[in-house]
Amino acid sequence: MLKVLGFAAALALAAPLAVQAQTSGINDAQIAHIAYTAGAIDVAAGKQALAKSQNKSVRDFAQEMVRDHTAVNEQAVALVKKLHVTPQDNPTSQALSKDAAAKLKAHAALKGPAFDRAYLANEVAFHKTVNGALSKTLIPNAKNAELKSLLQTGLKLFTDHQAHAEQLVASYR
Amino acid sequence: MPRRLLLALAGAAIVAGPTCAAPKVYTVTLQQMAFGPVPSGLRVGDTVEWVNNDIFLHSATAKDKSFDVELKPKTRVRMVLKRAGTFAFFCRYHPGMTSRLVVAR
Repeated sequence: MLKVLGFAAALALAAPLAVQAQTSGINDAQIAHIAYTAGAIDVAAGKQALAKSQNKSVRDFAQEMVRDHTAVNEQAVALVKKLHVTPQDNPTSQALSKDAAAKLKAHAALKGPAFDRAYLANEVAFHKTVNGALSKTLIPNAKNAELKSLLQTGLKLFTDHQAHAEQLVASYR
Repeated sequence: MPRRLLLALAGAAIVAGPTCAAPKVYTVTLQQMAFGPVPSGLRVGDTVEWVNNDIFLHSATAKDKSFDVELKPKTRVRMVLKRAGTFAFFCRYHPGMTSRLVVAR
């Protein structure tokens, strides 16, 4: 049990540490890749929740995650096309993706309230991680003004999503 | 209608004063996850035009449930103010977005 907890804790730390380590020399192409990856991860988690959850509040929240993150990612794709930037894979995106794949697999084995609670708890944790990365690393290091502006909108959105997820965790019945 | 009666009615309308002011349309713009400033001077019978400039689906939902307007991205929706009072409202999807309407009689 302790080993599992230790591993989970290590995973939870992996993404923010990867972001911290990458602070120096992070460029707009990598920033765009990280932001897009984070959005795509939440869309995938939302789709899993829509396939599995029977709870209306959870489903409404998942629907919102899919809708909002798809909208931001569409904006991000349009922006990188306009700027002729090719999003660049990097250790942070890889850590986020690896963690997300493990979560999808673990949650696939759950059902009913157990799934709902796990999904919501992970949404809180994931949004906290991404909000930290956005405010401490991605936004301060973004060079292009339009990219910076999109990331700032993303931060407001992710912050609201985090609050919404926290409300649902507290009120889940 | 006899012409004299028509003229008398028109005259009455002109001298009637502020209570007969034509209803106005006021705009509230949503952008970057926030409600923009709500204009002052709203009165019953006026119209609020919600303009969603955001890429996200939002709503303008009264806490007392007296209105609940769905606002698709890049659209505008009009709502007539039917009651006087102070109405706290929020976005159902993004509860951090809050504001209020103050409507006079």
